[in-house]
Amino acid sequence: MIGLQRRTPLLTRDAEGLFWMARYLERVENLARLIDVTQTFESPGREAESWAALVAIMADDAGLQERGLAMDAASIKRFYLLDPTNPTGIPACIELARTNARTLRPLISTEMWMQLNVFHHDLLAIEPWELDGDALSRLCRRIKEGVQAHTGITEGTFFRDQGWHFYEVGRLIERADQTTRLLDIKYHLLARGTPEQRRVAELTQWNALLRAAAGYHGFRRVAQAGFVPADVVAFLLGDTSFARSVALCVGQMDWHFSALRSRYGLRDTAPVLERIEDLRVALGEPVLRLLPDGLHDFLDSMQRDLAKLGELIGTMFFRDWRPLKQSQTQGHGPHEHSQDGQADHGPSQGGQSQSQVQRTP
Amino acid sequence: MQPNIANPFSSYDPGAYYCELTARSGDGGSAALVRRRITKIGLDALRLRARAAERDLFNLGITFTVYSESSAIDRILPFDCVPRIIAADEWSVLERGVAQRVRALNLFLADIYNTRHITRDGVIPPELVYGNANYRPEMEGFPVRFGTYVHICGIDLVRDERGAFSVLEDNARTPSGVSYVVENRHLMLRAFPDLVAGMKLRPVDDYGRRLRSAMDEIAPEGIDNPQVVLLSPGIYNSAYFEHVFLAREMGVPLVEGADLTVEDDKVWMRTTAGLRRVHTIYRRIADDFLDPTVFRPDSLLGVRGLIGAWRQGNVTLANAVGTGVADDKAVYAYMPRIIRYYLDEDAILPNVETHICGEPDGLAYTLANLDKLVIKPVGESGGYGITVGPRASRSELDAARALLVADPANWISQPMISLSVAPTLTEAGLRPRHLDLRPFAITGRETWVLPGGLSRVALKEGSLIVNSSQGGGSKDTWVLAE
Repeated sequence: MIGLQRRTPLLTRDAEGLFWMARYLERVENLARLIDVTQTFESPGREAESWAALVAIMADDAGLQERGLAMDAASIKRFYLLDPTNPTGIPACIELARTNARTLRPLISTEMWMQLNVFHHDLLAIEPWELDGDALSRLCRRIKEGVQAHTGITEGTFFRDQGWHFYEVGRLIERADQTTRLLDIKYHLLARGTPEQRRVAELTQWNALLRAAAGYHGFRRVAQAGFVPADVVAFLLGDTSFARSVALCVGQMDWHFSALRSRYGLRDTAPVLERIEDLRVALGEPVLRLLPDGLHDFLDSMQRDLAKLGELIGTMFFRDWRPLKQSQTQGHGPHEHSQDGQADHGPSQGGQSQSQVQRTP
Repeated sequence: MQPNIANPFSSYDPGAYYCELTARSGDGGSAALVRRRITKIGLDALRLRARAAERDLFNLGITFTVYSESSAIDRILPFDCVPRIIAADEWSVLERGVAQRVRALNLFLADIYNTRHITRDGVIPPELVYGNANYRPEMEGFPVRFGTYVHICGIDLVRDERGAFSVLEDNARTPSGVSYVVENRHLMLRAFPDLVAGMKLRPVDDYGRRLRSAMDEIAPEGIDNPQVVLLSPGIYNSAYFEHVFLAREMGVPLVEGADLTVEDDKVWMRTTAGLRRVHTIYRRIADDFLDPTVFRPDSLLGVRGLIGAWRQGNVTLANAVGTGVADDKAVYAYMPRIIRYYLDEDAILPNVETHICGEPDGLAYTLANLDKLVIKPVGESGGYGITVGPRASRSELDAARALLVADPANWISQPMISLSVAPTLTEAGLRPRHLDLRPFAITGRETWVLPGGLSRVALKEGSLIVNSSQGGGSKDTWVLAE
């Protein structure tokens, strides 16, 4: 047969796997950014406060309590960097990213798989001493660079059919969500002290925040001298030239779903596109009106809207391959769900001895 | 100054065994050339490069997964860098022998599920066939395209002290290992280009393309552009890497049971654009698990209604259901007679002499010579349940005797075969290690045999068990083009 196939089919299971693999990896990168900025915010003698803010943003108070961990810097760092049982931590996220990648090996490039495989081994071997002092910042950089290597390899090697769109959407929705969380850190760290102390603290914090989001230099190019909080917020939320802005992520998601619709005839994109339009409208709100008190609520509702968008994508595209109830809670990948009883036993070769294997989360 | 190059072969002694690399003839000097090249590289460099090559395999995820209580460990199939060489004229015999065997297996299956001549003619006891646990009544009278039941076949060969090949076992269900054949060659070319340079080798990359055309051919009649899929139990299966490999090489989706659904006796896969028809399924799931409405009702791996769709002729399964009766160890003993019966030819590749304990003579002989024989259960695979008489302790022999007497029909025995050896890199240098060979054959309309096959090597000193689950490794297998 001569001629190339134009529309290769994509299994719904694989679409979901790609979406979540990208999400988990993006989450790993952003968590490294959050940890890095938290350490930078640490003020001598009040370390615990900054770290408690991180826990608040991640809504992990309960998780910490369950494990009987104190709200101090050392416990919190271990919780996010070393504890594989913490579902919001880096070990669990990289594990899930890799598990999804394993199911996707027929689709992703060999180079993507190899880098992820090596990166996974690297992250599961983080040593406790790397959490202290200047080692922590180096560790965060290594983690960021690992994900960036993944993103770069993906850009350069991943076949761009339907699957790529779902991959990108996963990355974008996670990035948008994480940018709102990064910004929210400010809400939890209201500066104290004299007005002058506050002014200096504010300056340091906004500065660090922008750097954590890799937005400092970009911001300098578009903003007035100094840090007007409203400008920083407008930049992180709304500047469509800034790679991590919520508006840019939302705009690109729109483009990807439009492409899925026009090139691959996926008609279920209609309600998703509508929901994205709603997000755009919300983002059009003048920032000044949110400050100083409305920002946290705004970010909160933005996070809820993004979660709802994720749910809708799940319902429209991923639901098909397993019972409806399982794909409804978002925030987890397909490989979290399959723990409640999907096909986890594999006949071994030759089909004779049947071994039941236990999933290790 | 003398260059510090010790000849790593100077302390290599294969003893009475046939050595694949040092006792060669008819290879046009290739083996000698490889020995010289290995000597030139030297043991230390060889070790370093071999270690780097194995790390590569691990990072690439060319691994199988071993599950224990609490963890999943990825293991590579250890790769030995010293290649195994098969001369062109040796291969042409093996190739014809494998194709002959596959032809006979298919004719046998067509017969027992339809006309039943062979049992009526008394060539093989009916109870051995129709009473076999792997016989599937569902297959009776069911037509398959081109009479092919066994589309993918792996035949395990061993070589005795004189260098003669014989068949140890047929694998007609879902034989695995072919991915390692191709990946070992890639690794060899990457990591040891100086060993391969200038050698005229038969290529192995063609497997995926051949498999895909066979899968296209066997699709239900009248389908122009059939949708082929590979059905896998999923990532927790130890051969998952191979499933990925084959799906990629064929360019077809790798599906799990949950991705497929049967409606109106047709098979569909769930895609983002809705349901899409599937015509050929290369399944890597055992018969028992294919369809919970027909076989094991507790199977979560299969697809409800799949067998119905198949019986309606709307989808083809490869391999067909019920091929397990043909590669059964008890049926194996009859293979030379089966070949003669259908093809009116002698077997090109002889069987290893086999005593069927279900027959009085065979049982008597086995019990009388227990300490000289290898005793194997008929229903197991993976090298489990085997007692190697000459190496067994008194109590192990007693245990085997008790099992034999309790259920003779479950056992066969074979003389201890002096498996050939090949130089293998060990801590102590190059040492002889036993190995076998599993060539792979693909059959749609015609049979094609992949040049070479998987050479599995028992890495433990003196061990005859080459299975990956029990400490086996593998070698790149070179079939010389001339």
